[in-house]
Amino acid sequence: MIKAILIFNNHGKPRLSKFYEHFNEDIEQQIIRETFHLVSKRDENVCNFLEGGMLIGGSDYKLIYRHYATLYFVFCVDSSESELGILDLIQVNSQVFVETLDKCFENVCELDLIFHVDKVHHILAEMVMGGMVLETNMNEIITQVDLQNKMEKSEAGIAGAPARAVSAVKNMNLPEMPRNINIGDISIKVPNLPSFK
Amino acid sequence: MALKIVKGSIDRMFDKNLQDLVRGIRNHKEDEAKYISTCIDEIKQELKQDNIAVKANAVCKLTYLQMLGYDVSWAAFNIVEVMSSSKFTYKRIGYLAASQCFHESTDVIMLTTNQIRKDLSSPNQYDTGVALTGLSCFVTPDLARDLANDIMTLMSHTKPYIRKKAVLIMYKVFLKYPESLRPAFPRLKEKLEDPDPGVQSAAVNVICELARRNPKNYLSLAPLFFKLMTSSTNNWVLIKIIKLFGALTPLEPRLGKKLIEPLTNLIHSTSAMSLLYECVNTVIAVLISLSSGMPNHSASIQLCVQKLRILIEDSDQNLKYLGLLAMSKILKTHPKSVQSHKDLILQCLDDKDESIRLRALDLLYGMVSKKNLMEIVKKLMLHVDKAEGTTYRDELLTKIIDICSQSNYQYITNFEWYISILVELTRLEGTRHGHLIASQMLDVAIRVKAIRVFAVAQMATLLDNAHMLTGNTQRNGICEVLYAAAWICGEFSEHLENPMETLEAMLRPKSQEGNTDSTTAQEASQLMIDRLPLFVQSANLEVQERASCILQLVKYIQKLQQKDVEVSEEVCALFAGELNPVAPKAQKKVPIPDGLDLDAWINEPPSEKVDEKELARRREARKQEQANNPFYIKASPSSQKVYQETPGVEHIPVVQIDLSVPLKVPGLPMSDQYVKLEEERRQKERAEKKKKDKKKRKEKRSGRGKKHDSGPESEEDITPAHMVDIVTEEMPENALPSDDDERDPADPHKALDIDLDKPLADSEKLPVRSHRAAEVLKSPAEDEEGENVSSLEPKKKSSKEKREKKKDKDKDRKKSKEEKKKKKHKHEEKEEADLLCGQADEPAFQSEETNEVVTPPTSTSADVSDLDFWLSNAPVPSNTQEAATVAAAEAAPAPGAISVTTPDSEPEEPKDTEMEETKSSKHKKKKQKREKEDKEKKKKKKHHHHHHHHGDKGGEESVQNGTVEEEEPLPPMSNYCLLAENSYIKVAYDIQGNLQDGSQVVVSVIFENKCDSFLKSMEFNVLDSLNSKLQRPEGSGPHDSLTIPFQLPPGVSNEARFVFTVQSIIMPQKLKGTLTFIVKNEESSTHEKLDFKLHFTCTSYLITTPCYSDAFAKLLESGDLKSSSIRLEGVNMPFHHLLARICFHHHFSVVERIDSCASMYSRSIQGHHVCLLVKISSQTVSVDAKCDEPTLLGNVLDEIKQTFSQC
Repeated sequence: MIKAILIFNNHGKPRLSKFYEHFNEDIEQQIIRETFHLVSKRDENVCNFLEGGMLIGGSDYKLIYRHYATLYFVFCVDSSESELGILDLIQVNSQVFVETLDKCFENVCELDLIFHVDKVHHILAEMVMGGMVLETNMNEIITQVDLQNKMEKSEAGIAGAPARAVSAVKNMNLPEMPRNINIGDISIKVPNLPSFK
Repeated sequence: MALKIVKGSIDRMFDKNLQDLVRGIRNHKEDEAKYISTCIDEIKQELKQDNIAVKANAVCKLTYLQMLGYDVSWAAFNIVEVMSSSKFTYKRIGYLAASQCFHESTDVIMLTTNQIRKDLSSPNQYDTGVALTGLSCFVTPDLARDLANDIMTLMSHTKPYIRKKAVLIMYKVFLKYPESLRPAFPRLKEKLEDPDPGVQSAAVNVICELARRNPKNYLSLAPLFFKLMTSSTNNWVLIKIIKLFGALTPLEPRLGKKLIEPLTNLIHSTSAMSLLYECVNTVIAVLISLSSGMPNHSASIQLCVQKLRILIEDSDQNLKYLGLLAMSKILKTHPKSVQSHKDLILQCLDDKDESIRLRALDLLYGMVSKKNLMEIVKKLMLHVDKAEGTTYRDELLTKIIDICSQSNYQYITNFEWYISILVELTRLEGTRHGHLIASQMLDVAIRVKAIRVFAVAQMATLLDNAHMLTGNTQRNGICEVLYAAAWICGEFSEHLENPMETLEAMLRPKSQEGNTDSTTAQEASQLMIDRLPLFVQSANLEVQERASCILQLVKYIQKLQQKDVEVSEEVCALFAGELNPVAPKAQKKVPIPDGLDLDAWINEPPSEKVDEKELARRREARKQEQANNPFYIKASPSSQKVYQETPGVEHIPVVQIDLSVPLKVPGLPMSDQYVKLEEERRQKERAEKKKKDKKKRKEKRSGRGKKHDSGPESEEDITPAHMVDIVTEEMPENALPSDDDERDPADPHKALDIDLDKPLADSEKLPVRSHRAAEVLKSPAEDEEGENVSSLEPKKKSSKEKREKKKDKDKDRKKSKEEKKKKKHKHEEKEEADLLCGQADEPAFQSEETNEVVTPPTSTSADVSDLDFWLSNAPVPSNTQEAATVAAAEAAPAPGAISVTTPDSEPEEPKDTEMEETKSSKHKKKKQKREKEDKEKKKKKKHHHHHHHHGDKGGEESVQNGTVEEEEPLPPMSNYCLLAENSYIKVAYDIQGNLQDGSQVVVSVIFENKCDSFLKSMEFNVLDSLNSKLQRPEGSGPHDSLTIPFQLPPGVSNEARFVFTVQSIIMPQKLKGTLTFIVKNEESSTHEKLDFKLHFTCTSYLITTPCYSDAFAKLLESGDLKSSSIRLEGVNMPFHHLLARICFHHHFSVVERIDSCASMYSRSIQGHHVCLLVKISSQTVSVDAKCDEPTLLGNVLDEIKQTFSQC
C-alpha cells in the first residue's frame, strides 16, 4: 500500500500532497516539512530509499523518492510494494505528468504543476487509487486522462467560452515567463496583472 | 433563461479561478496569510451563490488551500453539492475535494450514499470512475456496507476501466466492512483471470494485500497464482505474485519446493532488476521455510548470494541498498553463506551513503562469532571515532551494544573487554544513548558475577573522572552512566579498593545522582555527616529524601557507637541481600490469583458506621487472610532473600577468574589491549588443549565434552575467559508463558482474518436494497432461477420474490407435514404393518429436507484437495519417498469429507410431530452416522500417525480433509496440448471459456523458441469460420493477422492470449491458421511459416463451476435435462485419479462422492448445465450424463471417452 504521495520543490513548498490515510491539516504540513527535511539533505548520488521519519514512519514504511530538476517526488510505501517497482512508477508518473501537461503547454516545468494542481491530481487518480497502484501502463493512463479532458471541454461548450477568453487574456503576459528554465520559483517573478474589477 | 446563463458566466469570469489564486499567493509573499484569509472570505461568498459553476470553482480553490494546510472542513456540505452536479467537470472537482478532506468523522458523508450510488450506476464510465476514485479515499463502514453490493456488481462491468477500479476498491470495502469479504470473494477470484491485464493486476493487488495480513486463508489460491506467475508477462503483476508467494511459503513448505524452479528460471531470464530482486527475495523466503537445509538447495542459496553480490557491487546505490537488505534476510538462516562476503559488507561500511552504511551495520549483527567479535567491534569503534553526524554515530553505538549483547552475550568471551568498550563509549560526546550504556553496565555487572570486581574498579575510576563527563552540559546524555557507576560501586562495595576515595568522588557536589546507599558503615560516617547536609538541600526530591535518610541513620549509628553499643552487625544486615534482575515482562505476567476481583470493593462502601468490635474483627480477619496469601508482602522478614546471609554478596559463589588477564588496568582501559590479550590467551589455550588432547588420548578419558580435535579454530573451541554464570532474569511464579501481546488489537486487518474456503451460508449476503437487482452469488441453479424470474418480469427481479419463493417452499413443507400428521393419526388407528409404508415414503421426504438445509462444502474441499493435489505434484528433488507418502496422506480427495459431513448437520426443524414415524428410520440413520463417525475417527487416527512421522508438514487443511486413503499421488497433468511444431518453434495451446461473456473463449498459446536464433515479428492468423471468429483490434480487417507483442530469444518461451467469439458452442470446431515469424541470427534472417489447426473442443466451452448438492438434486429433478451415457472399458486407474482427470481436463467439479460413485457438474459459457454420474466397478466406468443440450452432451462425452482411451 502507498500511504502518501508528496511532490514538493527544492524549497519544501508542497506542489501536490495526496494522503491515503487521514491526517489533519496540521499534521499533514508537519509530515511534508519533515519529509522535505529528510530528503533534501541527501546527496544527489545516494540511494533513493529512506527509512525513518517519525510521522509517516513505522518500521514497515519506507520513503522512496526521486529528484527531478526542481521537484522531489516522494512516495511513502509499506513493505508490500516493490521498491524498484515504485521507482519505476515515479518515473512513469513524472513522464505522464510531463506528457499530459505537455499537450496543454510546451515544455512542462514546475510552474505548470503549480498552476494546475487539480489536473495533476486527476492524472494521479488514474495511476494510484486509494493507496493501491491502479495502472502502470503509461499509454493507458494518458488515453484515459485525455478522454476525460475531452469530455470536460465538450461540457464547457459555449458557456465556457467567455471564461476561457478571460483566462486567455489573463495569461497573456505569461509567455514572458522563462518557461524553459527549470529553476526554483523564487527567481521567477510573475508579472502583476491589472485588476479586472 | 439563456440570458441568465450568459450573465452568470460573465459574472463568473471575474471570479478568481485556481490559477488566479495561485498567482495571487505568489505575488503576496510577504503577507501570504492575510491574502489567503481574504481569499477564503471571497470563497465563502462564492459558495453562497446558486450557480454551481461558481461553487465548483470555489471548491477547486479550497482544495488547493487544503494542500497548503488550511482546514476546509467547514465547506464539506458545499463539496457534497458540487459532487452531485450532473456535469462531469464539476463532479470531478467535488470528488477530488472530498477525497482530500473527507474522513470517517465527517458527518456530511452520510448524505452522499445515494449520490454515490447514482454515480456508480451512471451510464458514463467516467462518472463511475470518478466516484470510485473518490470513494476509495473516504469510504466509511456505513458507506462500505451500503455500497458493497453496487461495487460488486461493477466488478463485472463491461468496461475494463470500471472493472479494475471496482476490484481495487473492494479492498477498502473489506477493510471497513469485513462481512463483505466472503460473499465477494468468489467474484474477486474470478477477476484473477480477467482477460484485461489491468483488471487482472488490480485483482492480484487486492488479494496480495489481503493475503499479506492473513496468509493462511489464501493458501488454496496458490495453484491459481502459480499459473499466473508462469503465464503473465506483466512485471508489476509478477512482482506482486512473487511477493505473495513469499508470504505463503512459510505456511506450506511444499509450495516452496514447487516454486524454487520457476523462480530460479526467472532469476536467470529476466532483465528487469525489480523482478529479479523480488525473485531473489522470495527464493530466500522459500529457503527459510525449508530451513532443514536440504543439500540440493545450497545451489539456490549460492545463486541468491551471488546475485545479491552483483547487486551490492553495482554502482547504482539503490541496487546496493536492496542487495544488502535482502542479504540480511539470508543471514538469519544461512549465516555461513553470507559470512563469506564479509569483505564486501565491511567495505559498504565506508560508503558515503548513510542508508547503505546502516544496512551494512544490520548485516554485521548476524556475522559476528566468538572468533571475530572483537575484531569487528574494533572496526566499529574506529568508525565511531570518524563519524561526523550524531545520528549515525548513535546508530553505531546502539549497533555495537546490540551486537555484543545479542542472545544473552553469546559471543562475548571476555567481559572485561566488554566493560572497557562500554567505558570507552562513555567518552562519546553528545550521545543520546547514555541510558543504553548505563543499562548495559548494570546488566553485565549484575548478571555476570565474575566480572564484578573488575567492573567496580572501572566504575570507581569512572566516578573519579566524573567531572570529565559532566563538565560539558552538551554531554548531558552520558550522565546516566554515572548513575550506573554509582549504583554498581554501591551495590558491590565490598570489591572497592579504596572506598573512601570513591565515596569522596561520589559526594562531589557535581555528580547529579546521589545514589549513595553504600554499605560503608563506620569509617565513612564522619565524612558523610560533613557532606550530606549539602544534598539534603538538593533540588531533586529523591536525592533529598535519600540524603536525609542516610544522614539520620549515620547520626544515629554514631550516637550508638559513642555509647559503645555494638551495632556493626545490624548495620551490615541493613544492606544485605541481593537484587536480582527482573525480566521486562515479569510484571505483566503475574497471574491474577484465584478469587481476586480487582473491581470489587476492598472495603464495604462507607454506608453505616462500624463499631469498634466489628473493626477489630475485620482487622483480625484481614491479618489472617494476609498470612495465608502468598502474594502479600509481609512486614516480617520471612522472605528467603532478606537477611539470608549476613555479609551478603561474599557468600555468592564467585567463580575464580582466569588470571591470564591482569586484573588491574591502570586508568581507563583501552579495549584494544584486550584484543591482543585475548589473542594470546586463545593461543595459550589452544596449546594447552593440544596437550590435554594428547593426554586425553593417552588416558582415553572422556573430557568435558570437547570432542573436537584441534585443527582450524572452530566456534566451540574458544572458551570464554571467564566461566560466566549469566544470571537469568526473574519471572514471577506461575507466569503465563504466552506471548500473545504482539498483535495490535486495533489492527483493521484482524477483522479480515476470515476463512474463505467455507461455503457461503444463506445468511451471508451483501445488504441489498429491496427494489434493486440482487446479484448475490449463489450456486448456479438458483442463479438461473433468479434469471428466469427476471426474464418473466422485466428488469425488476427482487429479493422479495425469492423470499416469497422460500415461503412457498416452507408452505409446501408445512403441508407435507400436515399430511403426515394426518397420516400419523391413521397410523395410530391402523396396525404396525402400515408403519412400513410410512417408512417407505419417509426417506424421500428426508432427503429433500437434508437437501434444503445442508450445504456441503463442495467448493472448499475441492479447493483444498486441489491445492494438495497440485502440491503433491511438486517436483521434489530429494526425499521423494517421504514426499510421496506425505502426498498420499494429503491428497485425500474431498468428496469423502462431504459424505461424512452430510449426516452431521441435522435438519433444524423441531421434529416432534414426525418423531413417531421417523424413529425407525432415524435409528438406521444414526447407526449409519455412528459407523461413519467411527470410520472417520479411525481415519483421523491414521492421519495423526502420519503427522507424527512427517513433522508439521501439511498444515491445518489436511486435518479438515478428514479421510485418508492409501492412494498413490496423481501423475502431473497439463491442459496445454501441442498446436504445431517445427525446427524453430513449438506452439502449445489451451482454451478457456470466459464467464463474463457467453460468446467468448480465450486461447492461451505458448510459443517456445527451439532454435539458437532470435524469433521476431511473429504474427498469428486464423481463418475465421461462420461460427468462430478471432477478435481483432478495431479498424483491422477480418483477415488481418495479429502481431504477437513479444520476441523470443533462443530457448525462451512466452505466452500470448487470443480472444475468439463463438456463436454456437454445441459442436466442436477446427480452425485453420498460420503463424509467421522471422528467424534472425547473426548472418541472416529468414521468413518462416507454420500452419496449424486450432481445435475448439466442446470441453473448452465448459467452465469449472462449483455446485451444491441441493442445487444439483433440484437440477436433476427438474426434468429439463436430456440424458445420455457411455461406458469406458479397461480403465486401469484409481477412482480419484479418474475424477481428477475429468475435473482437470474437462472442467468439471465433484458435487458429491460416495465410495466408487460420484456426481459431477459443469456449466458451459452459455449456461448449459452438464451433470455426470460416474461409477466404477472393476475397470469398467459408466458415465451417465444429463444436459439441457443433447448435442453438446454427446460431444462432451465423446471427448471424455477420448481422454481415457489415450491413457
